[in-house]
Amino acid sequence: MAYTISVNGEARSVDAAPGTPLLWVLRDELSLTGTKFGCGVAACGACTVHLDGAPVRSCQTLIEDVGDAAITTIEGVEGRAAAAVQQAWAELDVVQCGYCQSGQIMSAVGLLTETPKPGVEEIDSYMSGNACRCATYQRIRAAIQRASQIMEA
Amino acid sequence: MGYDTTRRGFLASATATAAALVVGFTPRGTLAATGEGNLTPFVKITPDGRMIAILKHFEMGQGTTTGLTALIAEELNADLDLVEFEFAPSDNSRYANTLMGAQGTGGSTAIANSYLQYRKAGAAAREMLVAAAATEWGVDAATLTLENGVISGGGNSAPIADFVAAAAGLAVPEEPALKDPADFRVIGQAGLKRRDTGGKIDGSALFGMDIQLPGQIVAAVLRPPRLGARLDSFDAAAAAQVPGFIDAKARPEGAGVIVYARNTWAAFQARDAIAANWDFSAAESRSSAQIREELLARVNAAPDYNATPGSDAAAVAEAIAGAAQVVEAEFYFPNLAHAPMEPLNCTIEPVEGGVVVHDGCQFPAIAHPTIAAILQLDPAQVQINTIYAGGSFGRRANPAADYHVEAAQAFALSDRSAPVKLVWSREDDIRGGYYRPAFAHKVRVGLDAAGAIVGWEHRIAGQSIFKGTAFEAFVVKDGVDHSSVEGVADTPYAIPGMHVGLSDAAPSVTVLWWRSVGHTHTAYVMESMMDMAARAAGRDPVEFRLAHLSGDSADHARMAGVLRLAAERAGWDQPAPEGRSRGVAVHKSFGSYVAEVVEISGDAESGVRVEKVTCAVDCGLAITPDVVRAQVEGGVGYGMGAVMRNQITLESGEVVQTNFWDYEPLRIQDIGAIEVHIVPSAEAPSGIGEPGTPPAGPALANAIAARGPRVTMLPMSENGVSFA
Repeated sequence: MAYTISVNGEARSVDAAPGTPLLWVLRDELSLTGTKFGCGVAACGACTVHLDGAPVRSCQTLIEDVGDAAITTIEGVEGRAAAAVQQAWAELDVVQCGYCQSGQIMSAVGLLTETPKPGVEEIDSYMSGNACRCATYQRIRAAIQRASQIMEA
Repeated sequence: MGYDTTRRGFLASATATAAALVVGFTPRGTLAATGEGNLTPFVKITPDGRMIAILKHFEMGQGTTTGLTALIAEELNADLDLVEFEFAPSDNSRYANTLMGAQGTGGSTAIANSYLQYRKAGAAAREMLVAAAATEWGVDAATLTLENGVISGGGNSAPIADFVAAAAGLAVPEEPALKDPADFRVIGQAGLKRRDTGGKIDGSALFGMDIQLPGQIVAAVLRPPRLGARLDSFDAAAAAQVPGFIDAKARPEGAGVIVYARNTWAAFQARDAIAANWDFSAAESRSSAQIREELLARVNAAPDYNATPGSDAAAVAEAIAGAAQVVEAEFYFPNLAHAPMEPLNCTIEPVEGGVVVHDGCQFPAIAHPTIAAILQLDPAQVQINTIYAGGSFGRRANPAADYHVEAAQAFALSDRSAPVKLVWSREDDIRGGYYRPAFAHKVRVGLDAAGAIVGWEHRIAGQSIFKGTAFEAFVVKDGVDHSSVEGVADTPYAIPGMHVGLSDAAPSVTVLWWRSVGHTHTAYVMESMMDMAARAAGRDPVEFRLAHLSGDSADHARMAGVLRLAAERAGWDQPAPEGRSRGVAVHKSFGSYVAEVVEISGDAESGVRVEKVTCAVDCGLAITPDVVRAQVEGGVGYGMGAVMRNQITLESGEVVQTNFWDYEPLRIQDIGAIEVHIVPSAEAPSGIGEPGTPPAGPALANAIAARGPRVTMLPMSENGVSFA
């Protein structure tokens, strides 16, 4: 079935069976492979994208439910919070294998957009759905705090 | 499309670019350069002066792309970010891991086995470039310096591009002068940045899962639900209704069904719609509780093998019988899944004359011939394009090459006209995988009246990782799989009267090394027992350990060194803050020494929280210190999350867990600050990918036991400990 969705500011036409998760439309149909498949059941956060600016798990977002919402992926994320998060991630060398980091970054941008100066508990609570098997958590926490400083400056 | 097609011509470009300066080794291990027929390149200087390190190890997050490139950058006297890197082709005769004798990454050896090899290649390239410039300018080479790609001296200065062609015509120096460590500008420097960060924070880094080739079809596999089950028959009628379904084929030997589809979602949907009939007559039917009882019975009976040759079991038993007090405990470690973030995958692409395999390939020495054999191709017709792996923790290196076999079968059973991408789901990973073997231990420690150890009787039972594999001859001696007893039988502690017995358990699942291999369970037991013995002796746990590390050996000095450093930085000499307790553990693995002090709040009933972990590590010379710190931080989290709440269990032979819902990974709120202190060292670099993991579990157990229960059966969450 044909759908027209808005991805990273562009209207994209895709052909997908109803019931197809947005994750697979982005990855397999639009070649936006920065959004990762980790679990398929919203238990790891690797597939996090923004829908109208808010983080959602694209593995649980069906193509027919997207409508005209603006989809933003790691390839297109921008703005003050995104720039600060990516700069902080690079400064602190957060990544190891890197596979979960697109999702971590999309969640972190969501957090800092809602709460520009989060406390440690707010960070832990907001980021608790994003798993990292390399356990880069303490650097994620530190990088979010650093990004918050960058945004303030 | 992000796939770089130039990679496909890599083998040819690396070895045959006439105008480039290429330096490496011959199969005999002597340095060689451009033009030598049997050259294995480790560094390449292109005609336009680009400096490229050729990496024989893959990147799974452990930082090899940074560490190996740093070795080349150092000897080329260039800033790290000026040197590019490429992954080496799969060629076991050229790019063998010198500590394994085969091309592959594992055992925390990537830096250790490459350290001198890469430096020598880089140093030879430097000397050849400088020699070419000296000839050109008619000056003594000793008056010239190479820095950041520019050669200068005596009023002359020019980029290396000017000398590449001439340097490529020179004889390679037999023994190039390695840089004096006092002059290091890259190795060991604070502030070195990872080379793979950029693409991993903007979504552009390509993992195997991201490979998309024109015309590619996706394959998913329906595997037997129990070890030993075989496919009788299947019906794909419902699968055929899934939009995008292409075909379904039985795997050889009843090993399941391969389902082909136009895209990943369709492949998973169609695979789930296959109706299969299985023959369970030879299948595992036990449950985990039964397997656990069997293993615990084995450690309460005479062992199959003596893992401490020369040690007299009767004499040790006698020493313990005569001890002032005896501390004893049984331990149990369940099966564990590796669960790397990137589910397994492998893409096989037909090209003229053969295939290209796109894979985050950890062990080309196994994957390459396995794929060639299944496809009935000459190994020379198979190329492996190594790309980033989204974690591994041991899972991508498998003597049975399980997912490579599946990928090759999927390609072989297709019409071979299109690339076939094998993809695993998370459920495949958790339920159908290879696991850390379950192990039981029983230990009896005798203490004399002064609180010193006089006897240590240790029995271990579990499923051997190496028996029946190609590595058996290297790892199994006199029946003892070293990986089942490492960390106990070879403990650095001075323990008089130690006897270690091993019993092999019958297979219940397929097993595989898991980050730190045998040390995953042996360190937990050793360091729990040392704590229990210290407490029984009425001695401080750090002081008690140091008393058993007081010899003159480097082993004792280094192990005691990290223990003292971690204790000092954790404030061990002061009581823990109100409501908190601490535990310590120290362990040697992969040639490195790591001590960890865990500070927790809460308690087993109300919920334990890990507030702080203070680590000290001695891994010899730390090439890239921040990567070393990151590996220890990650190793702590990996080990701790597993002992907290992870287990794979069987119910009537079938794996119970399905996904991250019930194989819950460590989460950000589970762990507080981690501090890593590196002991300055001039020793040759040793392992760092794994050594952070072993002490994490026992340090946590010891912190809990300081005010609460002693947990010897894992996971902790199933044995009386809740976590906040």
